[in-house]
Amino acid sequence: MAKSEVKLLGAWPSPFVMRPRIALNIKAVEYDFLEETFGSKSQLLLQSNPVHKKIPVLIHADKPICESLIIVQYIDEVWTSAPSILPSDPYDRAIQRFWAAYVDDKFFPTMRGISAAQGEEAKKAVVEQVAEALALLEEAFGKCSKGKAFFGGDRIGLLDIAFGSMLGWLRVTEKTNGLKLLDEAKTPGLAKWADRFCADAAVKGVMPETEKLAEFSKVLMAKMRGAPPPK
Amino acid sequence: MAEEVKLFRNWAGPFALRVVWALQLKGVPYDTIYEDLSEKSSLLLHYNPIHKKVPVLVHNGKPLAESLVILEYIEETWKQTPLFPEDPYERSTARFWARFGDDQLMPSVFNVFIKQGKEQEEAIARAQGDLKYLEEELRGKKFFSGEKIGFLDLAFGWVANLVSVFEEIQGLTLIEHEKYPLLLAWIQNFIDAPIIKESWPPRDKLITKYRARIEFYSSKEAAKK
Repeated sequence: MAKSEVKLLGAWPSPFVMRPRIALNIKAVEYDFLEETFGSKSQLLLQSNPVHKKIPVLIHADKPICESLIIVQYIDEVWTSAPSILPSDPYDRAIQRFWAAYVDDKFFPTMRGISAAQGEEAKKAVVEQVAEALALLEEAFGKCSKGKAFFGGDRIGLLDIAFGSMLGWLRVTEKTNGLKLLDEAKTPGLAKWADRFCADAAVKGVMPETEKLAEFSKVLMAKMRGAPPPK
Repeated sequence: MAEEVKLFRNWAGPFALRVVWALQLKGVPYDTIYEDLSEKSSLLLHYNPIHKKVPVLVHNGKPLAESLVILEYIEETWKQTPLFPEDPYERSTARFWARFGDDQLMPSVFNVFIKQGKEQEEAIARAQGDLKYLEEELRGKKFFSGEKIGFLDLAFGWVANLVSVFEEIQGLTLIEHEKYPLLLAWIQNFIDAPIIKESWPPRDKLITKYRARIEFYSSKEAAKK
C-alpha cells in the first residue's frame, strides 16, 4: 500500500491521535502524519471533518474517517492479515467497546477536571472520582486480561489503546498536581500494565515524554487563560 | 444449549427501544423485564451525561450495557438480517453518525424544549443546524441504511419516536416541513415499518411522561437565572 494512500491528520500531544497511530503500527501500515499547527485548523481538516473539525482524521484512499475509536476499528477491519486489535469473541469485543466508551465518556473528562477544579475541596472531590474510575478499570483489567499482560490478552487490543493513550496526560496531571493516581498499592494490575504498554513496540515511538507533554500543557493552560504563551 | 436472552428495560426508554427493534428484526426470541426506574431513567437526563441510563442485555447469563455496544453485539451474534453495512468505510460512517446522534444531536434537541427566551432561540438554531446533517444523509435514500432499516435508523429512532412528542408538549415545531422534507418522510417510513410499529410505546403515555420531565427541567433552567 503506497504510503500516500494513508494519511493521518493529528498532533503529537493528543491522546486521541495516538490511538490510530498505535493501530497503524500494530498493522505495520505506513502513513503520512500531517501535523496540525497548534492554534489553527488546516483546510484539509476542515474539509475532512466538517462536523466536528477535530483531530484525528484518517484519510484512506481519499476517504476521511473520524473519531479515534471508530478509526481504530476501521483499521482493524481493513488490514485483516495483520494481528487483530479486537478479540474474535462477540462478548469479549462488546466488553472492550464498553470500557473504551467509558474511558472517553467518564474517565477522560473526570481526569481533565482535576486541573480545572477551583480550590482544594473541589480538587479533592474530582481526585476521588478519578480514583473510583481507576478502581473500576483495575477490576476490568483483571477480567479482560485473564492473567495475561494486556486488556487484549497477550497483545495490545482496543481497550489497551483506548486507555493507554491517556497515560501521558495522566502522568502530567499527577506531576502538575502533586498526586499519585496510578498507584502500585491501589491499582497494582494497572500500574504494571502501564509500564508494559508504554514499552510496547507499537507505542514507544508515539507516546510523548512526560516532560515534553508537561511543557506543552503549560502553553495550553496559558492559551486557555488568554495569557501570551511562555517563550 | 437453549439460548437465553433477557432484556432489562423501561417502557419508554429510547435506548432500550433500539435493542428491542434489533432483536425483533433478527427474529431473536427474548424475555423482557421491565424495570421500574425512577426519574433518572428519563431521556432528558442525557442532558446530564453523568446520569445516563441505558438498557441491559443478558445473553446466557452474560450482561451487556450501552445500547450502541449492544447493537454491535447483536449483529455479531445473530447473523441473519444484517443491520450494519458490509463495507468498513460505510460501517465507520454509520458509527460516526450514531455517536453524533447521541452526543451532539440529542442534547441540542432537548435544549430546544427546556430553554426559554434568547437561549431557546440559540438552541433552535443549533438543533436545526445539527438536523441538517440528517437531512443531507438521507439524500437518495429511503432509510439511513438504504432500502431497508438498519443500524443507523435504529440509532436515530428516537428522532422519530420522541421529537413530535416534545413538539406537541411545547407547541413548537422543530422539524419544519420546508426545511426537512426527507427527514419527515423517513420518520413516516420508519414509524410505518411493521416490526417498528409493534413495539411503539403508546403516544399518550409518552406525552404524559415527558410533559412532567420537560416541566421539571424547564423550571430548573428558569431557576438558574
